[in-house]
Amino acid sequence: METIKKGETKVMQGSQTSVATMSASQTTATAVRGLETKNVHAWFGKHHVLSDVSLQFPERTVTGLIGPSGCGKSTFIRLLNRMHEFIPSAAMAGQVLQDGQDIYSPDVDAAAIRLKVGMVFQKPNPFPAMNIRENVLSGIKLAHLKVADHDSIVENCLTRAGLWKEVKDRLTATGGSLSGGQQQRLCIARSLAVEPSVLLMDEPCSALDPGSTLRIEETIKELAEKIAVVIVTHNMQQAARVSDFCAFFLTDGGPGYLVEADATKKLFTNPTDTRTADYVQGKFG
Amino acid sequence: MIKVMSVVPSVESTPDPRELFVIYNRADRIFRRIVTSGALTSLILLGLIGTFLFVRSAQIFNDRGLKFITGSNWTAGSGDGVIPDDFSIGPMLTGTILVSVIALIIAMPLAIGGALYIEFYAASRLRKLLSTMLDLAAAIPSLIFGLWGVVLFTSFGERWSILLNSRFGWVPFIKVQAEVFGRSPFVAGCVLASLITPIITSVSREVFSRTPRDLIDTCYALGSTRWGAIKTVVLPFGRSGVIGGAMLGLGRALGETVAVYLLLNIVFRYNFRILESEGGNIASLIALKFGEATEYELKALVAAGFVLFLLTLVVNMFAATIVEKSTRRK
Repeated sequence: METIKKGETKVMQGSQTSVATMSASQTTATAVRGLETKNVHAWFGKHHVLSDVSLQFPERTVTGLIGPSGCGKSTFIRLLNRMHEFIPSAAMAGQVLQDGQDIYSPDVDAAAIRLKVGMVFQKPNPFPAMNIRENVLSGIKLAHLKVADHDSIVENCLTRAGLWKEVKDRLTATGGSLSGGQQQRLCIARSLAVEPSVLLMDEPCSALDPGSTLRIEETIKELAEKIAVVIVTHNMQQAARVSDFCAFFLTDGGPGYLVEADATKKLFTNPTDTRTADYVQGKFG
Repeated sequence: MIKVMSVVPSVESTPDPRELFVIYNRADRIFRRIVTSGALTSLILLGLIGTFLFVRSAQIFNDRGLKFITGSNWTAGSGDGVIPDDFSIGPMLTGTILVSVIALIIAMPLAIGGALYIEFYAASRLRKLLSTMLDLAAAIPSLIFGLWGVVLFTSFGERWSILLNSRFGWVPFIKVQAEVFGRSPFVAGCVLASLITPIITSVSREVFSRTPRDLIDTCYALGSTRWGAIKTVVLPFGRSGVIGGAMLGLGRALGETVAVYLLLNIVFRYNFRILESEGGNIASLIALKFGEATEYELKALVAAGFVLFLLTLVVNMFAATIVEKSTRRK
């Protein structure tokens, strides 16, 4: 029997954890609806890049991952949907649970996990050979999902990504004809089309202007009414604006580790660790 | 006193754009000359070869006209006029195209599949080994391939030919008149395919490896399989490069001499049945006849060379337009 002891994992205060009903075969006591990591480590070859991270990402929350460059945030977020293993020599330890199920267990199809845990990348990257509509529907085609009404999916996803009004009259234009911010919202719409329960965003606004950034932040907040969003950001203000919870990563030259995770308001106003205080006040990083 | 610049728009009309001058310094000038001469050399060479071939063969085209291209006879006259000279290359021209197209049809799936395997499926150590081997194979002289092909494909090719004939004998160009297999355009095509596969694979692999990593990652992040990512991102991205590689291979196949010379019974009759034991191509014709040619026959051979020269030129220009079109769409 494995139970989570209090204080052993850094459970976020005030998170909307709910105890899911367990099937008879499962022995774990509690499971978070959404994502949860337990004592996760990561390596590239012999290089230990991430050490012992335990976090929870419950549904209907936005979690910001903050910290200076090279502290393992991006590695960590790529562990959450098994994108980590595409890098040659990448290795990991620990558990990543999606609705209580270990996504790294041998009988789990990684492609099915990535369908549930979507990802938006730093650089806006609509598929160049496709138009806007095809881009939105690309995930459905790639995963061979059976869908009755393509039009309503296109409209629904583009609306949720805050792009519908701008592109509804030119759905057959190429993705490349849009501005950078619009392209990124198209990429968000593309991720939403396969109905993920978690959306991972790796610095989604770092290549965008302030106006587009604001639009995307609004989108993120709307998305969090239904799903869990995890966002890596270098922008402290952005973390403060969009996230409900924040996790602060740091490295002392060795592997990156988790310093503190808490409700965003608390982390920014009254952090437990002095290093967190220094970082959020802009004293280093 | 500081004069404040006026922000009131000028009353005069919009000025003409100024002419811009570029000043090259000494090193830049010298380097510029070197690279320019380099670029011109290839152009001049091409022009000179074309002119030489044309001048040397002008008499043939003058004497025989279009019949040189369409006719199907190659007889050296007796010199005293009893048997007249009769030179034409029709079957050799069609044979050149036939054998090359067979080679390309066999080589393309192998090359694309091989390139995708090396780039996306092979373990990293195997990938390095394979791509090195591939580049080596692309550099092997065609004579070696020809010899190897003769040994290997005369037996294998015959078995495949029999199989093809028994299953698809009803297709006009697979049908044979007599049940004699081997030394056919099909077998020659097989050898040429093995000759051009490495170069096409090598070029395709190179292009596939340049696919933006984040696009492939995006496919995976959407729950795609590896094949899905390849179909959605890698193949559209690599299309123009693959076409370029195919044309490189086709160019090599069109001009291939030794393998065809060793493998085919050179027969002057139009033959489009790929399993029939007769055929030939222009390059092998030249190799076959060059040694004992009379002065006039030599001119005819040069004329044949000129036709081959034009054919490769046209193929390459055609390829260039395809590549340009498919890249422009992005």
